[in-house]
Amino acid sequence: MFSYRTAASRPTTSRWLAAAAGLAMTFAATVAAKAEDTIKVGILHSLSGTMAISETTLKDTMLFLIDEQNKKGGLLGKKLEAVVVDPASNWPLFAEKARELISKDKVAVVFGCWTSVSRKSVLPVFKELNSILFYPVQYEGEESERNVFYTGAAPNQQAIPAVDYLMSKDGGSVKRWVLAGTDYVYPRTTNKILEAYLKAKGVKSEDIMINYTPFGHSDWQTIVSDIKKFGSAGKKTAVVSTINGDANVPFYKELGNQGVKATDIPVVAFSVGEEELAGLDTKPLVGHLAAWNYFESIKNPANAEFIKKWQAFTKNSKRVTNDPMEAHVIGFQMWVKAVEKAKSTDPDKVIDALPGIEAANLTGGTSKMLPNHHITKPVFIGEVRADGQFDVVWKTKGLVPGDAWSDFLPGSKDLEADWVTLKCGNYNKVTKKCGGQAS
Amino acid sequence: MRFLLGRLIAVLIVAVALCGASGRASADPFQDSLQGFLADSFSDTADAIEAVAASGHPRAAVVLEALQDGRLVYSAEAKGVFVKDAAGALHDAVSGATVEPAPADTDNVRLNNRLRGLLGGVLGGLTLMSADPAQRLEAAQSVFKSRDAGALPMLDKALAAEKDGGVKRALAAARAAILVGSADATAGDRIAAIDVIRQRGGQDALGILGSVPADAPEAVRKAAASAINAVQQELAIWSAVQNAWYGLSLGSVLLLAAIGLAITFGVMGVINMAHGEMVMLGAYVTFVVQQLIRAYNPGLFDYSLLIALPLAFLFAGAVGVLIERCIIRFLYGRPLETLLATWGLSLILQQAVRTAFGPTNKDVGNPSWMSGAFEIGQMTVTYNRLWIIVFTAMVFVALLAMLRFTRLGLEMRAVTQNRGMAAAMGIRTARIDALTFGLGSGIAGIAGVALSQIDNVSPNLGQGYIIDSFLVVVFGGVGNLWGTLVGALTLGIANKFLEPFAGAVLGKIAILVLIILFIQKRPRGMFALKGRAIEA
Repeated sequence: MFSYRTAASRPTTSRWLAAAAGLAMTFAATVAAKAEDTIKVGILHSLSGTMAISETTLKDTMLFLIDEQNKKGGLLGKKLEAVVVDPASNWPLFAEKARELISKDKVAVVFGCWTSVSRKSVLPVFKELNSILFYPVQYEGEESERNVFYTGAAPNQQAIPAVDYLMSKDGGSVKRWVLAGTDYVYPRTTNKILEAYLKAKGVKSEDIMINYTPFGHSDWQTIVSDIKKFGSAGKKTAVVSTINGDANVPFYKELGNQGVKATDIPVVAFSVGEEELAGLDTKPLVGHLAAWNYFESIKNPANAEFIKKWQAFTKNSKRVTNDPMEAHVIGFQMWVKAVEKAKSTDPDKVIDALPGIEAANLTGGTSKMLPNHHITKPVFIGEVRADGQFDVVWKTKGLVPGDAWSDFLPGSKDLEADWVTLKCGNYNKVTKKCGGQAS
Repeated sequence: MRFLLGRLIAVLIVAVALCGASGRASADPFQDSLQGFLADSFSDTADAIEAVAASGHPRAAVVLEALQDGRLVYSAEAKGVFVKDAAGALHDAVSGATVEPAPADTDNVRLNNRLRGLLGGVLGGLTLMSADPAQRLEAAQSVFKSRDAGALPMLDKALAAEKDGGVKRALAAARAAILVGSADATAGDRIAAIDVIRQRGGQDALGILGSVPADAPEAVRKAAASAINAVQQELAIWSAVQNAWYGLSLGSVLLLAAIGLAITFGVMGVINMAHGEMVMLGAYVTFVVQQLIRAYNPGLFDYSLLIALPLAFLFAGAVGVLIERCIIRFLYGRPLETLLATWGLSLILQQAVRTAFGPTNKDVGNPSWMSGAFEIGQMTVTYNRLWIIVFTAMVFVALLAMLRFTRLGLEMRAVTQNRGMAAAMGIRTARIDALTFGLGSGIAGIAGVALSQIDNVSPNLGQGYIIDSFLVVVFGGVGNLWGTLVGALTLGIANKFLEPFAGAVLGKIAILVLIILFIQKRPRGMFALKGRAIEA
């Protein structure tokens, strides 16, 4: 029923396009020429498409941080200049835009990416062109690259402590587990680690239910009633949710409507924060949990000041803050300190300067960049409150160092990442060789 | 004057009470136990809850209820615990007198899930004799869940006094739940209890019956095993009914999303990739209406959807007419270019909404009549899904009637069947094209109002539905509304029966494969239009 006879090209359109592209290029060139004496910071976050919902805030955070730094007089006597590009939630486009930032705009550093697949897509570009990426989101681990600094949580800084809490008396002594996630690399790897961890703790296979759903899944009736069914077997049950992005809202709505209360079956989420709850009526969800390294509700002077300045910068007194934002705050401070220490923005010098750098986090502690390019972070468990914020009900005693290679997966427990002494991201402790990737 | 005096006395009493609390350890166990709430530690709060419940003080239930509702506050400076009422005024926890002025450093006594569970069980014991049947029912259910053997004497008392049939059944079930697992009860009592639980049925029953310890008498274990069998059989039937219902519900959502497309694509033959964005616009109209209502007249909130419906129809319809007049009318008969143009348009609309409202999800509330659920047998039916099914049926019938009985409907059918002939009969085909497209878009808009109740309201809302909508229309048969109905319901029900076995991801793939095979066999869908319609 389709007809192809009209698919011929039109000369006028293409000429217009060429003209427009030419114009845009000259414009970009003049801007670049004018800004010679600045240090450029690349921002690689999706401003359109599916991930815009989460990543736009991070772009604003970076603009805010750069603005603050310039108010303090910039860096090495130069002003910082943000270069914002929009990879549009399109994974291959991430790689293209990263290349553009590094080779055309000559940025000194890039802050960006959200999903693991976008990070994997830009990795070869950063290696080839030797630049630096700060990655701010909690992820599945099993990676350590020389050019990447991971300021989000590794599984041992979020997933494992959350499960420990639920097993404790205060968490309800949970005996039966539902691992529900969106079907892609982060939930699959995290659930693999959690499954191995739970089994090591003596949980039997029949007490673990694993469920995957597609991105943007919106009909949760069957799964929620399956969870109810699984949870009514007489043992205390909890749901560990690695459901990501848009699918969370209909999931929580269905939970609320079907009357799954946190006192019966608590849901602990790794991807739901203040920002995601903003689109929800949280009254039926009171008591459900989230595990993060930062909550907006944490009371201390540094956090209060950050929130005040952030809301003033965005001119919105209701704008919330969240965990990946804090990761950028820490990462940006660390980069600034490393550049000051190296007295240069040269990537090799900054990469060597970064391990060991310390920066204050917003929860009252001091995070440190480790030789494996991950950082130390505190872990908090928060309960959803009726106003869409979280009440911290549990936290780790000190800061937890990020572990790139999980100790609970057979392929990765022998691996070690150390870019200071070993100069290797996947050193095998058994064969004593670098490159012992065994996943 | 008397009022003032009363207040003065109240303040005096509070002052005395406060002095008493800070000055010396009082003899009253209730007052002592309240001190546990001051520590802001979960374990101290847990001890305090139990102590308060055990004190038997007349205000114990008031204090614990306030704690449950997050209305119990403490002041570390004044060393006092207060109950906040709905208006925000503080009352002393012991005397109930109003406290004025309120201490400056009040903070809520915090709870976690363990405490909420504990509180539910304890309160259940305390409120079993409440005057309000709803409260008694809730109390009975929370005892059923906690299976707290300590509540047994209270249960027996409440059971003897109970008149309401529903509450009585819940009380009996709660009592039975405790007895089944209790080693102190006689075998006869336990078997009777197992029978009560079997009649109640449901997943919880399986859990309770499964928890009968291995050292229980032979007869008890046998009774439990046969009861488990009976309950399981009943559950299997209910699970099939439930799958059918979920399928119907998913089908109605698919139908609602696709029905506008059945007009623009099915009837007009326009491959409208911006259809999903019309749905999204409808959802944003709902959001704006709710924001205005929240700001100016919160009392109208329950009617917000009814107000949003016509507005969403008109707004999305107007946008549809505009699109048809400005873009699509130049592209009739050129499906590839229409596809590209409408796809570009969908991106423009998404980004426009993202710029205007921001990229984050918007909170579209459920009116009270669309929240919650009720139980039929062992199945939970949520109100929002139920209303969407009803609403979809209404939209479908209205649309059919419109096409069948109105002049506009007649003209639409005439134009789509034979444009040249219709024009020769004096129908202004260009006007009909615009109106048809507007109608399809308007219906997509009201679908958005309904979908805002179950899905995210974000600029990406439409994208999630566009592929499914095309699937439904193509599968059902292009140009046939009944085909769309049957297509949507078939896909919905097939999906929901596959999901429990295959999982959501594989289920979706299986459906897609089945449709591809089906289209190979019948390229024009289930209900192909017969006749001499002119092909594009």
